[in-house]
Amino acid sequence: MHDLAPLTALGSSAPQSDTIGPVTITENPDMALVSVAARLGQDAACTTALARILGTSAPDVAQFVQGPTLAAFWSAPHCWMVTGPDDPQSDLSTRLKADLPHMASVTDQSGGWVRFDMQGDGLGALFERLCNLDMARMAQGGARRTVIDHLGCFVLCHGGGVTVYGPRSGARSLHDALITAARSVF
Amino acid sequence: MIINHPLLGPCDAQEFTYLGDARLIDRPDGMADGAEDVFYDYAYLRDNPAGQHRELWFHEAGDRSWLVITRNTLTHEIISVELARDVARKQGRSL
Repeated sequence: MHDLAPLTALGSSAPQSDTIGPVTITENPDMALVSVAARLGQDAACTTALARILGTSAPDVAQFVQGPTLAAFWSAPHCWMVTGPDDPQSDLSTRLKADLPHMASVTDQSGGWVRFDMQGDGLGALFERLCNLDMARMAQGGARRTVIDHLGCFVLCHGGGVTVYGPRSGARSLHDALITAARSVF
Repeated sequence: MIINHPLLGPCDAQEFTYLGDARLIDRPDGMADGAEDVFYDYAYLRDNPAGQHRELWFHEAGDRSWLVITRNTLTHEIISVELARDVARKQGRSL
């Protein structure tokens, strides 16, 4: 079993990167993703503990925050997604569960999602074709869940561009949607 | 139709799915006397008003919150939007 070769969500041994016009779309399989949902009555305690873990305040409604090593975004009232480098020696969900004792439900979501990092000018025009988010108003640090090509996705705006998380089972469909939209714009 | 989400602001109605009458929140006590008749009414009987109506909507393509929306079914005017959680909590539930 230990000889199995890991594949990325797009089915390759190495992450795929496409540059279309000024925009580069790169699959990023190296980030762990963990959901944190505060238990009933533990909202405040969980928000405080999460801020301590992140090294910055926990993201408010529709926000994305980047800490020294971990980043997080708001997904629902008192629910967040925490993302950080995937480290086989130190599982992120195990660490978070230990740091949020009895105050949150912590679930590893890494295997359920595909992540695309998008950089370059003109991303606003690209997302106008992809979803109904108002990217012009979605300032840096914004995070929203939306539908792209019939797939429920998270769209995160940050200093490095835009990150899209979509369902891993629809990775190729989502990738095709991103590429097709980019070709239609540029 | 634009739904002014209490947390996220104006959102396209396409992001939502519609369940129906907001009275579904008021699930009767199944262990009480006469529960069978009460549950029949709860499960099958709905008002279908031409005018103001309180409805449950689910933000499926957003933050997955349930909303109670008061809407005029004749004009589609939305009078108020509340988180269903807050409505339930006002009734002393889910505290």
